[in-house]
Amino acid sequence: MHKLLQGEPESRHFLLGNEAIARGAIEAGVAFATTYPGTPSSEISANLFEISKETDLYFEYSSNEKIALELASASANSGLRTLCLMKHVGVNVAADVLMTLAYLGVKKGLVLLTADDPFMFSSQNEQDNRYYGRLAGIPVLEPSSVDEAKEMIKYAFDLSEQLNEPVIFRTTTRVNHSSGIVEFKDIAAPQTKGEFIKDPMNYVSVPAVSRKRHKVLLDNLEKAATISDSCSYNFIKGKGSLGIICNGVSYSYVCDSLKDLGIEDKVKILRPGLSHPMPDALIKEFLKDTEKVLVVEEGEPIMEEYVRSVAQTEKIACEIKGKHKDLLSRLYEFNPSIVRSAVANFFGFENKSAKPVDTSDLPVLPNRPPNLCAGCSHRAVFYAAKKAGGAETLYPSDIGCYTLGFLPPVGMGDFVLCMGASIGTACGFSKSTGKNTLAFIGDSTFFHSGINGLLNAVFNNHDITVVILDNRTTAMTGHQPNPGVDMTELGFENYNQIDIEAVVKSLGVGYVQTVKPYNIRKTQEAIEEAMKFKGVSVVIAKEKCVLYAKQLGQGKKTVFQVNQDKCKNHRNCVNDLGCPAFYIENDQVNINPDMCTGCSVCAQICPENAISPVKIK
Amino acid sequence: MSNITKLIIVAVGGQGNLLASKILGEAALDAGIQVQMSEIHGMAQRGGVVESSILFGDAKSSIIADGEADILLGFEPLESLRAVAKCNKNTEIITNMRPLQPFTSAIGLAKYPETEEIEKLLKAKSKNFLGFDATKLAIEAGTSLSLNMVLLGALAQRNLIPIGKDLIEKTIREKTKKQFAETNLKAFNAGFDKALELGV
Repeated sequence: MHKLLQGEPESRHFLLGNEAIARGAIEAGVAFATTYPGTPSSEISANLFEISKETDLYFEYSSNEKIALELASASANSGLRTLCLMKHVGVNVAADVLMTLAYLGVKKGLVLLTADDPFMFSSQNEQDNRYYGRLAGIPVLEPSSVDEAKEMIKYAFDLSEQLNEPVIFRTTTRVNHSSGIVEFKDIAAPQTKGEFIKDPMNYVSVPAVSRKRHKVLLDNLEKAATISDSCSYNFIKGKGSLGIICNGVSYSYVCDSLKDLGIEDKVKILRPGLSHPMPDALIKEFLKDTEKVLVVEEGEPIMEEYVRSVAQTEKIACEIKGKHKDLLSRLYEFNPSIVRSAVANFFGFENKSAKPVDTSDLPVLPNRPPNLCAGCSHRAVFYAAKKAGGAETLYPSDIGCYTLGFLPPVGMGDFVLCMGASIGTACGFSKSTGKNTLAFIGDSTFFHSGINGLLNAVFNNHDITVVILDNRTTAMTGHQPNPGVDMTELGFENYNQIDIEAVVKSLGVGYVQTVKPYNIRKTQEAIEEAMKFKGVSVVIAKEKCVLYAKQLGQGKKTVFQVNQDKCKNHRNCVNDLGCPAFYIENDQVNINPDMCTGCSVCAQICPENAISPVKIK
Repeated sequence: MSNITKLIIVAVGGQGNLLASKILGEAALDAGIQVQMSEIHGMAQRGGVVESSILFGDAKSSIIADGEADILLGFEPLESLRAVAKCNKNTEIITNMRPLQPFTSAIGLAKYPETEEIEKLLKAKSKNFLGFDATKLAIEAGTSLSLNMVLLGALAQRNLIPIGKDLIEKTIREKTKKQFAETNLKAFNAGFDKALELGV
C-alpha cells in the first residue's frame, strides 16, 4: 500500500509539504485530480498518481494546465471533489478557464492549487498568484506550514462547497519543499460516480447567462467575506499597540523573530490564512488602538494596500508599512533574518542576532552550475544545430532541461519566455529580422502548447525550422508521462500514444525528418536541409532521456575512454560539448567511466579518433 | 537564546544529502522532538548544489539565514566553504575533505582551491572544525554511496543535536533500503569512530 494510505488516524509522520498536501486531499475524499507537472508542485501529483493505481481516485497528467482545469470544472460540476494542481505560471495557462468558471461556479468542492516560487528556484518568474483570487473573485487560502497545509486543504474543499465556487489554495516553495511532523486523520470515503444535471441557463456562458452569473459570483464573494471574519484560519495572537499582519511562511518567520527579539508580549499578530476576501472586522479590531502595523508578505503588497484602505475607510490613523526600501522587498523570498531585521527596525527594538562570519577573504570559488547530464541527447542536437546554423542564426528555446543549453560551452538558446513560446517567438524573429531562425522545443512542451505555435506557423507560412527534442518523457520535473510516452513501459494499459511525426505531418509541415541525435553527421545534415527548406520545417530528434532509460533498465552497455597515445589535446570534446563526464588530469582529457553513458558523441567529433568504446561488465 | 538547534547540510546532487536529512527528521519524530526541515534541490539532478536546513526544537521556520547555523555539515569541501556564510563564530563545521570537482574546474576553466587552503579557512571561521576524507571511509564500508551515513556518524559523535547515536542507528536500520542497511550502519559507525579518534 502507498505510504500515504498507511498509518492509523492520530499516527504522526515526518512528511514533505507536498506529501502532506496529497494526504490532506485524500483525507478530504478527493475523487478526481488533474495536473500538468511543474516544480514546486510535482511531488503532490507524483503521490496522487501512485495512489490512483490502488484506489478509485481518478488522476491524470493532462497535456496542459488549461485542459487540466477544464476537466476539473466538469468533474466538480458533476458532483465529485476535485483537485487541480499546477505551478504558479501554469495558472496563466489555465486562467481563461478560471475566470469564467468563477461565474459558472461548482456543485462540489474544486480546489485549484497554485505552487508559487518566490526567488524562482526553478521558475522563469516569481509572480504572486494571490492576485488571481482577486481577478477571478474567488477565495484564496494560504497555509503557513506543512502540518497546516494538510488540514487547510480539507477546509478548502469545504469552503468551495459552502460557496459553490472554486477555491485557490496557494502554497510557496517553502511549504511544498519543507518537511515537518503531521498527524494523520480519518480518510473520508470519496464519492467517485458523478452526475451532471443539465441547466443551460446557468452553465452556458452566453452574455445573458454570464450577466446573471456575475451577480451570483459577487454575492458569493460577499458571503466569503463574512466567512473570512469568523474563519479559524484567520486569527489574532497577542495584544498591544504594535502589530504585524503576515501570511504564509512569513508567519513562521514573524513568530520566530518575536521570540528571538524577546518581544512576544509587545507585538500582536494578525494572520489571515483565508487571505481573500480579507477579514474586514478582524482587521478593524486589530487596527483599533494600534500605533504601528508592519505587513510582512512575500511578493506584492496585496495585504498592505488592503489594510491601508480599511484604515482610510475607518479613519484609523495608524502607521502601516511593509514594502519599503528600509523594510521589506517585493523581490525574492524572505528568511528569518530579513524579517527579524524589519521587525526590529520598524518598531525600534535592538537586534542582537549572531553575525555571519567574514567572507571577504575567500578566494573566488569555482561555480557548480547545473549542466545537461553526461550523455544527454540534447547536447548532441545542440552541437549538430550549431554546426548547421552557425552563429548568425537565431535560436529561440523553450522550457525544459534543454533550457540549460544556453550556458557555455554549448551556448544554444537566445530567447526563452514561457511554455511553448519558442515556435511563436521564432516566427516573430524570422519575420521581423529576416534572419534564419531555429526553435528548440521538448516533446512535453510541444504537446503542452508548442503544437499551437506550429499550426500557426504553417498557416501563416513562416520560414522557420523547429527542432523537437523528443526525449520520450517530461524529464525536468521528474519523468512524468506526456502524450508521446509509451505507457506500457511504465506498466500502464489503456493509454494511447501520440506520434509527433504524424502530428507534424498532418499539420502540413513541408519538411519533416526524424533523426537519432547521437548520430551527429546525420542530425547535422537533417538540420541543414531543414534550414534550406523555404517554409516551416521540423526535425524530430528522438532519443530517450538517459536518466529515464536508466530508470527503465535500458541503460548503457558501453563506455568510452580516451586513448592517451592518440589524443593530441585539441580538446574539441571538452570545449564544444562540455559533457560532465570529462575531466582533466596531468593536462590530458579523461572520461569518468562512472558517468559516461556510452552516447559516442565525443568519439564522433574527435579529430584524432582518440576516443573509443570499452565493453563494461 | 533557545532550545533550538540549527543544522545546515550542503552537498552536491547525488551525494545523498536528502536521505541524511530525512533520517534526522524521522529520528526526531521518534524522539518526540519538534523538527522543521527545508530542502532546495531545484536542478540538483543536473549536478547542482543541494542544501537542506534542519531546525530541531521549538522553531516554526524551516530555513536558516546567514550567520545562524549552529552546525554546518558538508559533504564536499568546496561546498562547505561556499556555505560558510551560514556560520557565526560559534558554529561547528563537520566536513568531508574529498573534493568532487565541479565541471568548471574539472575542465580547467576555473581553479579548485587547494584542500589545505579550504581547511585553513574553515578552521579560522568556526568554533570547532572536523574535516576528514569521509569518501574513503564510505568506500571502505562498501560503497561511496554511503558517504551520507559516514557524515551522520561523525555528527552523532559530536553530540551537537538533540538526538542520540542509538536512535539514528535505529532509524537507519528501519528507514533505509534493506539491502543497504548493513553497509549504511557500518559507514555510520566508521564516521562515528573517526570523529572520536580526531576529537576537536
